[in-house]
Amino acid sequence: MTLTSDNKATNTQELITATIDGIQMQVPKGTLIIRAAEKMGTFVPRFCDHPSLAPVAACRMCLVEIEGMPKPQPSCAIPLTEGMVVKTQMTSKVAEDAQAGVMEFLLINHPLDCPVCDKGGECPLQNQAMTAGRTESRFEIEKRTFPKPLELSTEILLDRERCVECARCTRFSEEIAGDPFIELLERGAKQQVGIATDEPFNSYFSGNTVQICPVGALTSSAYRFRSRPFDLVSVKTTCEHCAAGCSLRTDYRRETVMRRLAWEDPEVNEDWNCDKGRFAFGYLKTNRLTQPKVRNLDGNQIDALWPDAVDIAAAGLANAQGKVAVLLGGRLTLEDAYAYSKFARVALGTNNIDFRNRDHSEEEQQFLGSAVAGNHNSVTYKELENAQNVILVSFEPEEESPIIFLRLRKAMQKGNLKVTAIAPYLSKGLEKLNAEVVATKPGEEGKVLSGIDIVENSIILIGERAAAIPGLLSVALEVSNKTQSKISWIPRRAGERGALEAGALPALLPGARPVADASARSEVAKVWGVSNSKIPSEPGLDHSQIIKAAINGELKALIIAGLDVLDAPDPKLFSEAINAVDFVITIGVQENSLTRYANVSLPVAPVTEKSGTFINWEGRPRPFGKAIGSTNALTDARVLSMIAESMDLDFGLQIIEDLRMELSELGIWNGSKLEKPQFESKEIVDFKNDNVILSTWHQLLDEGAMQVGEEHLAGTQKSSVAYLSEETAKQNNLTTGDLVTVLNTRGSITLPLEIIEMVNKVIWIPFNSKDSKVKQSLGAKEGDIMLIEKGKV
Amino acid sequence: MAEIPQMMRAFGTTFLSMFRKVTTEQYPEQKDQFPPQARFHGRHQLNRHPDGLEKCVGCELCAWACPADAIYVEGASNDEERFSPGERYGRVYQINYLRCIGCGLCIEACPTRALTMTNEYELADNSRTKLIYEKDDLLAPLQPGMAQPPHSMIDDFVAQDYYDGKVKAASAEQFAEIEILKQKKAQD
Ligand code: SF4
Ligand code: SF4
Ligand code: SF4
Ligand code: SF4
Ligand code: FES
Repeated sequence: MTLTSDNKATNTQELITATIDGIQMQVPKGTLIIRAAEKMGTFVPRFCDHPSLAPVAACRMCLVEIEGMPKPQPSCAIPLTEGMVVKTQMTSKVAEDAQAGVMEFLLINHPLDCPVCDKGGECPLQNQAMTAGRTESRFEIEKRTFPKPLELSTEILLDRERCVECARCTRFSEEIAGDPFIELLERGAKQQVGIATDEPFNSYFSGNTVQICPVGALTSSAYRFRSRPFDLVSVKTTCEHCAAGCSLRTDYRRETVMRRLAWEDPEVNEDWNCDKGRFAFGYLKTNRLTQPKVRNLDGNQIDALWPDAVDIAAAGLANAQGKVAVLLGGRLTLEDAYAYSKFARVALGTNNIDFRNRDHSEEEQQFLGSAVAGNHNSVTYKELENAQNVILVSFEPEEESPIIFLRLRKAMQKGNLKVTAIAPYLSKGLEKLNAEVVATKPGEEGKVLSGIDIVENSIILIGERAAAIPGLLSVALEVSNKTQSKISWIPRRAGERGALEAGALPALLPGARPVADASARSEVAKVWGVSNSKIPSEPGLDHSQIIKAAINGELKALIIAGLDVLDAPDPKLFSEAINAVDFVITIGVQENSLTRYANVSLPVAPVTEKSGTFINWEGRPRPFGKAIGSTNALTDARVLSMIAESMDLDFGLQIIEDLRMELSELGIWNGSKLEKPQFESKEIVDFKNDNVILSTWHQLLDEGAMQVGEEHLAGTQKSSVAYLSEETAKQNNLTTGDLVTVLNTRGSITLPLEIIEMVNKVIWIPFNSKDSKVKQSLGAKEGDIMLIEKGKV
Repeated sequence: MAEIPQMMRAFGTTFLSMFRKVTTEQYPEQKDQFPPQARFHGRHQLNRHPDGLEKCVGCELCAWACPADAIYVEGASNDEERFSPGERYGRVYQINYLRCIGCGLCIEACPTRALTMTNEYELADNSRTKLIYEKDDLLAPLQPGMAQPPHSMIDDFVAQDYYDGKVKAASAEQFAEIEILKQKKAQD
């Protein structure tokens, strides 16, 4: 029997021969006994052992007999060696007794309150007490008790009496997340997990500890007492919260999602995910639209039946006679985005479609069309893990793509990765990556990037924020060419990469086909079964051009889908545009400030109620199935198909299989690409003392539209503060703790100030936190020049 | 003609039984005269602690044990209002008597003796929904000395004291508490 193990310790393929339970086997050198036993089908009981954490042998549950050793040994910490003879509980009375003894000890102080414990029914302690324990305890002494539960954070609760001191949670926090907020305190029977009194367990990854705790010691406030394992139906899904593309397990009961867990996927999220993906699903039940609404002649919105609403929508679009545009949010599935892409061209005869409801530019479109869309040669998580040099540009991994953060951290800890960040300051997240920061003002990233030494075969990760900085994406491509370094674009939202591949851009058709290319157009027209002339040959308007055109009265109708005005590059202009056009159709899951303005508002299914595919930042398709079916909510594609039908068009795309078939028929184009962007950078002009450059990005947990209805999660958000360098603060008479107001002609934001080591003349504020909503209050973007003043203005 | 004696014998049996003691029980007229056996598996009951707090902790073990999938429970936390000692109580509790086969496995599964069976056997009705009994239908009536939850545990007592049988009746404070609550509700 030969085993190949993916165990961490094995980096050579040198094989050794050993015997477990009388079965001789060859395993790679360094394979732990417990792993080898697992592979041959013997499960040695364990608590502290976890394949993704370094062995500690803390719980002693996995004792086995090893020939030549006087006492039973922990199999989770001892690698097999040449000629070793091991006997597990299957063949050794000694091992069996040792395990039963350890179990008896573990249960001395265990409260055995399984009936009120969330882990009950899926608890390794329960299970292993049955398989490896004695039927009765010989201890009749009083158990150690603790007042319960202890709130480690608003989201994570700790019942200390249930803890078996396996240190999985503390090891995870320290090794994997780099947030050592919890620790094992005291010794012996008093040993317990605890936190520092002034620092709650506010880690973006804290939920993972609940999942790996082998007992019910760590539970989440959100799921507490909500169900039992046998109530739950589990479905493998893909997280809709960011472009990392985590595989999740969605557990639902009676058509209501109860909890979500990380689903192991070695290629992507490994065993982990972030707290946003795990806990933020309250939005599924908050402000849901369930009924189509139409505006009647008096201007009031009234409930309508589907056929009526669809007919009115179709008539409105027909009336607009091509003066129509489609604005999408970045949260649609590949299939739905594709449906919009096709609908815009086939039903509306326009290329006015853009999925970028955030700061964007023509330069970005060219970048995406020339270097990202359809690119199968993009960077993967595995490559990040094995990389030597990674350069981060306009990208803050922990906040904007947490699984990239975990991978980079893993690589850093293996000791072979050097991270260089072009950023205004060394953030906590970058610190955990041991990153070197080249302190840079927003706007000068391009200059800095082309100035620093870049080793060949580095990897450049560039965030979506780069679009706000003129010239940056052009420089980045150039640098990547020059240094033979791969470049990867990291969008934040889960649907952006999919929408790009689906051609939801004014100059791109599905599969990276340029609109301007006649043969690309005819390929698409053929699959769509329309005449070549049906697809306009001129690129359409992008998001901001659409807004401008609408305000100038050049557009008559807008379709707005899966989008919140508060995320728009300029919410104020967006609202003006909506008021300016005659006919607005909104298609979305939730009611928001936009739906009120709609002439027709159509509800669609959220991710749990449909199947679909997200494409993550790697370009990897992440298909998922439908979890909940009883609501009969329709997909965007289905709704569009109904509207098209009412316009007397044969649109197809009724079901997901149609969509997937068409998409695969289209495939990826290998003809001409969009032209490479060659845009000039803007020089930063000299400015006055009380002026600063704005730097801002989204924090992972903030006031995002899909985080509503989750108070426990919201409690773990970072506090909103503004950062300035000491010099800039001094120039403006400010010290740490002062209130500082950032203002422009549009409005202002006031936050407490913290002075940190950072580049001068730059202020950093959170993008969308409770007290700092950059778009709503300032309508500004990164790189803009702001005025600062002391105190509240 | 050979059948005649046989027929006579048969009619004879019929005739004789006219003088035997009648065993028919007249239901419902005489039901009180014929109570079921003490251990008869009748309608379930959710019991209370002597101070009125509910014994059920919403653990769903009864639902888990039920071979007929007749029980539906949702647990909840005693955070805001207290219904049971300890942290958890059964917020929703339903038994579907169209499914229940009266086997009593749920009773055996219950870790708190919250669930027992009464002798009530009249479980018929004219609609399906009426045969899904809710928590209110199943909860034991308040006995003298019990206070209607939600209310706190007896001062200085912890959940364990309830399980150890140290609680005998509701305290004056508990009665006062629910009085205040009642007044507050009346005001709102
Ligand atoms: S809380 Fe859970 S994971 Fe942490 S040491 Fe205790 S048993 Fe292990
Ligand atoms: S990292 Fe992104 S994809 Fe993964 S769980 Fe978090 S939000 Fe979801
Ligand atoms: S008596 Fe039997 S069938 Fe009826 S609810 Fe209990 S376990 Fe289920
Ligand atoms: S009745 Fe008993 S078994 Fe059922 S939920 Fe309540 S405490 Fe648990
Ligand atoms: S699993 Fe081996 S000592 Fe804990």
